[in-house]
Amino acid sequence: MCLSIPSKIKSIDKESNICTVDTMGIERSASLDLIDQDVKVGDYVLIHIGFAMNKIDEEDAIESLKLYQEIIDKMEEEERQALIQESENCPKS
Amino acid sequence: MQLELKDLYDGFRDAKTIKAYKKIIEEDAKKLNRTINIMEVCGGHTHTIMKYGIPQLLPSNIKFIHGPGCPVCIMPKERIDHAYILSMQDDVILVTLGDMIKVPGSNGSLQDARSKGADVRFVYSPMDCLKIAKENPTKKIIFFAIGFETTTPMTAALLDIVIKQEIKNIFFHINHVTVPEVMRELIDSRDEHVDSYNHNIDAFLGPSHVSVISGSKIYEEFPKNYKKPVVVAGFEPVDVMQAISMIVKQFCEDRCELEIEYKRLVTYEGNIKAQELINKYFQKVCLFKWRGLGNIKDSGLKLKAEYSKYDAEVIYKEILPIEEIEDHKLCICSDILRGMASPTDCTIFGTACKPNKPVGSCMVSSEGACAAYYKYGNLLK
Ligand code: SF4
Ligand code: SF4
Repeated sequence: MCLSIPSKIKSIDKESNICTVDTMGIERSASLDLIDQDVKVGDYVLIHIGFAMNKIDEEDAIESLKLYQEIIDKMEEEERQALIQESENCPKS
Repeated sequence: MQLELKDLYDGFRDAKTIKAYKKIIEEDAKKLNRTINIMEVCGGHTHTIMKYGIPQLLPSNIKFIHGPGCPVCIMPKERIDHAYILSMQDDVILVTLGDMIKVPGSNGSLQDARSKGADVRFVYSPMDCLKIAKENPTKKIIFFAIGFETTTPMTAALLDIVIKQEIKNIFFHINHVTVPEVMRELIDSRDEHVDSYNHNIDAFLGPSHVSVISGSKIYEEFPKNYKKPVVVAGFEPVDVMQAISMIVKQFCEDRCELEIEYKRLVTYEGNIKAQELINKYFQKVCLFKWRGLGNIKDSGLKLKAEYSKYDAEVIYKEILPIEEIEDHKLCICSDILRGMASPTDCTIFGTACKPNKPVGSCMVSSEGACAAYYKYGNLLK
């Protein structure tokens, strides 16, 4: 039941401290009462049972995604090398 | 690169990345001449692990132990009976989160109570209580609060509003539980049988959204005092694979540390504002009974005495029973949660015990180990 969802803030109502968020195309509202950082329109937050729990750190998210891409690239390069070597070692029939 | 919402969904589910990590883990696992049993404490992880077939991706010496993971699953019958009895009061509207619907108590579930005429409402957010209270000024709204550290601050935030706005008809029945205490219990109780079963917890996948609130600091004792590495992992499959790889690396390099894989959301300190709200309104209860695991010291929370006028457990003391109820004899949840048995070892798995008619805790919510095996079990064959 803790499966919260990443969402993007669309608007903030300062008076009620409630924001409207976009969760993969679906609009919902969430309370900002538990957020301990400054949030603004365009920020990514994690929503759980009607509350924004925390801001998603954009830099960290991007860094992870980049790391994943690097790992894939490295794997693919290794695979390519292995393939070349294999074909070279292949006894000509 | 600019972040898009889509990246957060797709990027962390990417099949290529999962495969890449599979390779890395395989290479590293070869260097170990032993098996590593990783406990995923949280049912959210159990769900991801089963849904994406992660056990099949891992080398044979990396295994999972499915932990106690879900506050819905571990809710003992005694507490559900409380909710049931409260909901049957004429002037009460019992409000709780959706996941509680089908959990059976001794008289039935809250869904059954509703079909008998009780006013039970399942809401998406505790904040919905405010609207219900306004629309029903002559009724008493009782919020049956459930959840780990993740949902406790939301209950506190609601109480905060109730007090500030002087709302007279919202009350609370608190069933919040805490994660480190149950982890400690599982490790401490291991000596009795586990060694002879040749099972053991070697490392933990730290629950992610619990840690968003409480910070990774709550797990510090496990690497330090118990020599069990902890990696706090996100819920996406790539997160889980990366975290496993981090755990395996620790073993390869003979390290035992607390690490965060889920850096985009979890910090060491966590959400201080939420923690302050929890500390303002809640205190520990000496013993909280976990379905399947029994009484665990200091593992539950209740409202502090000064807020007892909001505490339904105090107000309705006369009608709420305190006797303990035994778990079903055939149910082996306790062993499953300790990593000593698999759901399929249970004689009534999938027969007398199914998700729509659960007998024990692990079948209750979709995040329970038995429910996950039932749903995704064909992947295991
Ligand atoms: S309630 Fe939260 S912590 Fe518990 S199993 Fe579900 S997701 Fe995990
Ligand atoms: S299948 Fe049902 S009875 Fe058996 S261990 Fe799982 S929850 Fe308990």
